[in-house]
Amino acid sequence: MQVTVTVNGQEVTRDVEPRTLLVHFIRDDLLMRGTHWGCDTSNCGACTVWVDDEPVKSCTYLAVQADGKSITTVEGLEKNGELDPIQKGFMECHGLQCGYCTPGMMMVGRALLDKNPHPSEAEIREGISGNICRCTGYKNIVASIQWAAEHPVSTEASEVTA
Amino acid sequence: MQTPAPVDYAKATSVAHAIELLQQLGDEARPIAGGHSLLPMMKLRLAAPEALVDLNDIPELQGVRIEGDHIVVGAMTKHRDILESAILHEHYPIFREAEHVIADPIVRNRGTIGGSACQADPAADLSAVGSALRGTAVIQGPGGTREVPLREFHDGPYMTVLEPTEVLVALKYPIRPGAGSAYEKVERRHGDWGVATAGVFVVVRDGVVADCGIGNAAVGAEHYCSPGAEDALIGQPATEESFAAAAKVAGEQCNPSADQRGPVDYKRHLTTELTLRALRRAAAASQGA
Ligand SMILES: Cc1cc2nc3c(=O)[nH]c(=O)nc-3n(C[C@H](O)[C@H](O)[C@H](O)COP(=O)(O)OP(=O)(O)OC[C@H]3O[C@@H](n4cnc5c(N)ncnc54)[C@H](O)[C@@H]3O)c2cc1C
Ligand code: FES
Ligand code: FES
Repeated sequence: MQVTVTVNGQEVTRDVEPRTLLVHFIRDDLLMRGTHWGCDTSNCGACTVWVDDEPVKSCTYLAVQADGKSITTVEGLEKNGELDPIQKGFMECHGLQCGYCTPGMMMVGRALLDKNPHPSEAEIREGISGNICRCTGYKNIVASIQWAAEHPVSTEASEVTA
Repeated sequence: MQTPAPVDYAKATSVAHAIELLQQLGDEARPIAGGHSLLPMMKLRLAAPEALVDLNDIPELQGVRIEGDHIVVGAMTKHRDILESAILHEHYPIFREAEHVIADPIVRNRGTIGGSACQADPAADLSAVGSALRGTAVIQGPGGTREVPLREFHDGPYMTVLEPTEVLVALKYPIRPGAGSAYEKVERRHGDWGVATAGVFVVVRDGVVADCGIGNAAVGAEHYCSPGAEDALIGQPATEESFAAAAKVAGEQCNPSADQRGPVDYKRHLTTELTLRALRRAAAASQGA
């Protein structure tokens, strides 16, 4: 089946089998390997991308279901050569060790801050509860998201005001 | 690499269209809602339907509304929209309490109430809620529409009364003025399926339990409910003793199996304790406490 999706702002059209999972479409057809694939049971969240600005587990979504929709992957966070605050937060606060969970963590973290710019620690922990990290113990992931909340992009003045 | 077996796919644009597609595509065709039970099973090849009929683009299946003295929830309403629904929260806080402990925010962005009912997982939280509230399933098929009480909707684990060409359209819950409701769950970690759960509504009038509904998931309670516990409570004074006696019946009459989540006696104990806690809170809410 033919599928046309907008990925990080660029429209692409591909022929896919209906059984193709979105995560495999992104990684193997579009060759964008930032999105990870970490489990068979829809538990780990490493594959999280946004479909029409909402986080979904791309291993539990068919590529054909994304037809006509807009997809954002971790590669789409960086704008004009400038890392997104969520990416800087993970650098500043050592929010990763092996990095396997990181793309999913950043996609849910950014989505959380877009809805709730000043989340409490409990809200952050709830927000990332669909994402498993085997390395960090989560503490520095929470700190990274908090860092991003405290350092929104300065040019986007609207995000700065409380 | 876990990939589903080859499958055909068609998008339905209305309920009538979905039924037509299901008829055309044959017995091995299945509706797909949020896909958060079906796709994991397809990945593991526990399910291999020949065709999928996608219900996601059918507007008439979406949303929460009031019709007369019922709340009607479209089958494709997502967990997140139930969590955030002001209508449901006003009449039945049990929905928000249950949704908070169903899976995680990303799964809740996709999974639907109708998919949860049709999947008929023995641990499905919203099935305990629906049975507790004595809701009704609205089903549409080639021959028209029929309604089935939720306490008769499930034929056992992973089985429902739906025919292959029928679509669950909505779930309806009677509004009960003065009712309090609550949901309790013990899980191994945040977002996991329950070890045991209890969901209840209670109407207290003049210190007496005038009406109640008691649901339990994950512990083998037939139709996700405990009519024995309800009988023990209705007409009794709304006291700790009455709640404890009813909760004890729920623990005794459920039918849990031992698995990696725990042994049978532990699950019975949890069922009693969680039912008690839920009854306490629901009764307090009914009395405006
Ligand atoms: C990691 C994870 C954790 C979870 N944790 C919990 C939890 O703690 N508690 C809980 O209750 N649930 C949990 N779930 C399940 C979740 O709620 C599912 O979304 C839900 O059970 C199925 O809904 P769905 O919309 O995804 O259905 P789908 O997977 O699309 O469909 C499920 C089945 O129902 C059929 N179907 C769906 N809709 C209709 C319809 N309208 N008419 C006829 N047939 C239909 C499909 O053909 C399929 O057989 C979890 C899921 C995941 C992936
Ligand atoms: S790969 Fe999608 S949840 Fe694990
Ligand atoms: S950094 Fe290794 S899994 Fe999270």
